[in-house]
Amino acid sequence: MSDTRTPERLAVAKTYKLYIGGKFPRSESGRVYPVHSAEGKFLANAAHASRKDVRDAVAAARKAFPGWAGATAYNRGQVLFRIAEVMEGRREQFATEVAAAEGLHRKQARAVVGAAIDRVVWYAGWTDKIATVLGAANPVAGPYFSFSVPEPTGVVAVLAPQQSSLLGLVSVVAPVLAAGNTCVVVSSAERPLPAVTLSEVLATSDVPGGVVNVLTGRAEELGPWLASHADVNALDPTGAPEDLRAELARAAADTVKRVLPVRGEREPDWTREPDIQRLRAFTEVKTVWHPIGT
Amino acid sequence: MIESPWEYAPAPESRDIANLKPSYQMFVDGEFVDGGGEPLKSVNPATEEVLAEVASADESDVDKAVRAARRAFDDTWSTMPGTERAKYLFRIARLVQERGRELAVLETLDNGKPIKESRDADIPTAAAHFFHHAGWADKLAHAGYGPDPRPLGVAGQVIPWNFPLLMLAWKIAPALACGNTVVLKPAETTPLSALVFAEICQQAGLPPGVVNILPGAGDVGAALVAHPGIDKVAFTGSTEVGKQIQRTVAGSGKKLTLELGGKAANIVFDDAPLDQAVEGIVNGIFFNQGHVCCAGSRLLVQESIAEELLEKLRARVRTLRVGDPLDKNTDVGAINSAEQLAKITELADSGDAEGAQRWTSPCPLPDRGFFFAPTVFSGVHQSMRIAREEIFGPVLSVLTFRTPAEAIAKANNTPYGLSAGIWTEKGSRILWAAQQLRAGVVWANTFNRFDPTAPFGGYQESGFGREGGRSGLEAYLDV
Repeated sequence: MSDTRTPERLAVAKTYKLYIGGKFPRSESGRVYPVHSAEGKFLANAAHASRKDVRDAVAAARKAFPGWAGATAYNRGQVLFRIAEVMEGRREQFATEVAAAEGLHRKQARAVVGAAIDRVVWYAGWTDKIATVLGAANPVAGPYFSFSVPEPTGVVAVLAPQQSSLLGLVSVVAPVLAAGNTCVVVSSAERPLPAVTLSEVLATSDVPGGVVNVLTGRAEELGPWLASHADVNALDPTGAPEDLRAELARAAADTVKRVLPVRGEREPDWTREPDIQRLRAFTEVKTVWHPIGT
Repeated sequence: MIESPWEYAPAPESRDIANLKPSYQMFVDGEFVDGGGEPLKSVNPATEEVLAEVASADESDVDKAVRAARRAFDDTWSTMPGTERAKYLFRIARLVQERGRELAVLETLDNGKPIKESRDADIPTAAAHFFHHAGWADKLAHAGYGPDPRPLGVAGQVIPWNFPLLMLAWKIAPALACGNTVVLKPAETTPLSALVFAEICQQAGLPPGVVNILPGAGDVGAALVAHPGIDKVAFTGSTEVGKQIQRTVAGSGKKLTLELGGKAANIVFDDAPLDQAVEGIVNGIFFNQGHVCCAGSRLLVQESIAEELLEKLRARVRTLRVGDPLDKNTDVGAINSAEQLAKITELADSGDAEGAQRWTSPCPLPDRGFFFAPTVFSGVHQSMRIAREEIFGPVLSVLTFRTPAEAIAKANNTPYGLSAGIWTEKGSRILWAAQQLRAGVVWANTFNRFDPTAPFGGYQESGFGREGGRSGLEAYLDV
């Protein structure tokens, strides 16, 4: 018997890319940037999205909008629930990435992943209740049937939270989807890997291509292009630095974009059960009238 | 003019009912006071006579009014039980009804709108808004915004000249019901009914500072919107000014709602009841001289019936009576200002220049005052200014389409998204089209209907936020 030991297996390193229109392209700019763990260990190079990637992502989101907005609420709910199912299968991977990204203990990271999956489930259950809760039959003073229904706002640009790399991310993306919008998401810059894995989940969980587009990169760089883009209907600036938010809101004014009000320097406590504010924020109430008579 | 033995004799309403005063003061902290600004002269657009001199605010007045509103918010209004707030609002609703005739005549003198519209639409609907919102004041916990939704604080409100008292009601009623206090700037050219409303607030015994009215021009509005003591800004007016306000408010933490312009498509399918559609088209674009943000200013007609419909439409428009707004037989009154008349004239001329065919009603126009005869442009293309820009006057642009999908594509081909109309006998098509249209209000087989229980507001560059109904409360609650 030889005493030469089998060499330790060399891991297959991942190459991280963007997620646009259901595909995983490299950044058009060819740029990447290094991602480190909370302890400072090199983890990978992530794609560094550019202005052109923003435009491609918005075009993909616009193209996907009629299909997603037009899907039945039941269908959207099932697709969202499917995201939770696929996430469940990847719990360990998410936990590893969240632990590395946020410097959490394994147990804490598992709890965060569990909360993120539960958050998706919570919003999955909202899709077919939004109209009931936010809509109305209006008792107008006259012979008319008047009713109001909530509709998705359109393409939403989401600057995802910088600190909470997975729970924060799903907490801002899920309501946008549940309401029937499509979106372009800029992930946490320092902690993008859970977002990339979420992209892989989305790509394999019945979410039509283009409904969610995930860009790894910097909110400071991409946010202004999204805020001024005429084909973006709404902006969630949660992940933008506080001093940039006013500038984004000003840029958004040129197209009368809806901008989610975000206050303060600190991120919200994402572990708290959400209310429906984010569902309302990316919803338009449409009122339809018709005469009544014989 | 059609020569007919059945011509109507004039049926003028008496202008004395308006109790017009030679001068009006602004209303701050429960009292009428002089303003620091150069006084305005409010003009009757039907005769160009000066109706009254009106105090105008300067920046220090804005500051005083905001402080008064803050005190009233802290000391009385936000801490008062909802049931009590409700009773004040019910009182206001009743007083508006009681003084309805006076308000209607005043509104017509100041704005130029026909008395039949101020009497039958503006004033009753304004009263209805106070009545509806009064009932919300003590039921906010049931509105779906959580168990104890809180007011925002002081609301700064800027309203336009097309429906002076009605827009005031749309702004003030929900604000007060939700527990906010307000500083409102009426439009420069139509401040009078807001100042009579201030008297009504006094008669209702409303605590001082809860409602403050500051007449003035755009600079007063800008100062109000930018004032650091304001927690909420509500604006109805042009998209251009709305964008400026959104920029001003950006990053301030103030809550903002905007009701801006529109370029509504009124779509007539080939199976529509044509006579009803013609009435709806006329109501859609000539109501209030077309000074309506949700006016049906783009008529989209299915090609196969276009000629027939246009013939009926012209015959009907020919019968519209344009003239003295105080005459109860008048259908189309005066354009609100010389400036607005110039804007309408310029845009209509661009229609000629760009190759559209103009048809103008042969109705006689008065010698004095600002009037514009009802006008219909046919052969309009989507690229023309008269198909893209808001004219805000009695000018209709007619386009045609062949398929339902084309109708929707053309209707949605605008940065605006306030309203739309659908005319067809086919129920499934109504629901389909209503779903496809990117507009906040869709009228099917009717047009220009408003009610305090029905949310109103736009998509895209027509603004955000809703007014009316449960949805409208969100604008004035910290949720």
